[in-house]
Amino acid sequence: MASQSSSNANAVRIPALGLRVAALMLLSILLMVYDDRNQQLDTVRRAIGAAVYPLQIVVDTPARIWGWLVDSSTSRNSLELENTRLKIQQRLTRAELQQLTALEAENARLRDLLEARDRITGDIRVAGIMSVDTNPFRHSIVLDVGSEDRVYDGQSLIDANGVVGQVLQTGLKTSQAILISDPDHALPVEVNRNGLRTIALGTGQFDQLDLPYLPNNADLEVGDVLVTSGLGGAFPPGYPVAVVSDIRRVPQQPFAEVKATPSAALNQVREVMLIWMDQPEASSNEATTDGEVVEQP
Amino acid sequence: MSSRSSIGTFGMLMSVLAALALTIMPLPAAIESFRPDWIMMMLIYWAIVAPQKYSVGTAWLVGIVMDVAQGTMLGQHALTMCLIVFVTIRFHLQMRVFPLTQLTLTVMAMLCVYQFLLFWINGVAGVTAPAIVYWGPVITGTLIWPVLSMFMNGLRFRR
Repeated sequence: MASQSSSNANAVRIPALGLRVAALMLLSILLMVYDDRNQQLDTVRRAIGAAVYPLQIVVDTPARIWGWLVDSSTSRNSLELENTRLKIQQRLTRAELQQLTALEAENARLRDLLEARDRITGDIRVAGIMSVDTNPFRHSIVLDVGSEDRVYDGQSLIDANGVVGQVLQTGLKTSQAILISDPDHALPVEVNRNGLRTIALGTGQFDQLDLPYLPNNADLEVGDVLVTSGLGGAFPPGYPVAVVSDIRRVPQQPFAEVKATPSAALNQVREVMLIWMDQPEASSNEATTDGEVVEQP
Repeated sequence: MSSRSSIGTFGMLMSVLAALALTIMPLPAAIESFRPDWIMMMLIYWAIVAPQKYSVGTAWLVGIVMDVAQGTMLGQHALTMCLIVFVTIRFHLQMRVFPLTQLTLTVMAMLCVYQFLLFWINGVAGVTAPAIVYWGPVITGTLIWPVLSMFMNGLRFRR
């Protein structure tokens, strides 16, 4: 099937092939070790990433054009319907917000009484998700913002319903983020009802998180809302993460088997919100993507 | 007709770019795990037909670009692709005279080794992924190889 070689004797002689392979393999191993131990290859990544960026744009374009076509061919009728629906929704949200302002003031007063530190609040901005697939071994997404837009490694992502994930690597114009459903992602959470703290692990499924470190007698019910605890400093506290969906208490086992459903629609999000906390350097090991945190008992 | 084909360095570059585009192209979640290893297959193809021009160095560079595009550990794909291309070059004379079925089976073996090396490196680095992520591409890659190689041959010998 393949071509007839012009001169077979010529084709075999590639100078020092074995040596070159050995050298390149050694180089790759050194690169991997260096990349794994300390994240100082960001400049290299950014330089090559800038070269890949046009290709990402090209791949993303058909999806973008499709979205634009769908948008522009929507009928006036359905737009009006959507408009009324959104208006009603906004009115309801604003009504809830009024109460929230009062609650916030009350909360601040109570915190003053307790002499507690103020909650961290930060900037929020919306980022789009590019229709580009990445790392097959991880649940990851590509955002259309990068270090040019002050995105930093470890920054938290939320959508309208809850926590989505965190930024893993920032490029110049794009960045890669890992979802909370990735099997190597661990997120410090607390039960909203009683402040019980634990860690939520990703399972590799978009609709399920594991809470493996809860004792059998833990005060937990199906339907409990889990929020970020803010321990570890990677995520701001108080954002909803998941709802407990299943509790199985096996008497012989030291821990209960608890499953939760993420509040955010992880495989349907088209846009996410990035949160800038007051101290950007406070990324931590608690919600890291290293395998160390996720040793199963 | 010589192995210095009518499709030059530019064509090789284009084929690798097309493979990279296919690799980062979004797919429905259900079939995402069955995306063939386009780039690896393209490199195997070029290693069989033009081993003097596109050798392990090319494979290594392409692997680094792939690592950046996919956000894997820098060097992971570079190492595996470089090694697979090395094995391919070692046996490229035999592979050239293989009938298509036998060649396809050989490529399947290569893809298996490729996935195993990725799995192995992931294991050392502590990255866990479901098994289908490794097996899916081997299955589809084997099915697609005959079509891909015939398509590329057609492009090379059009004139």
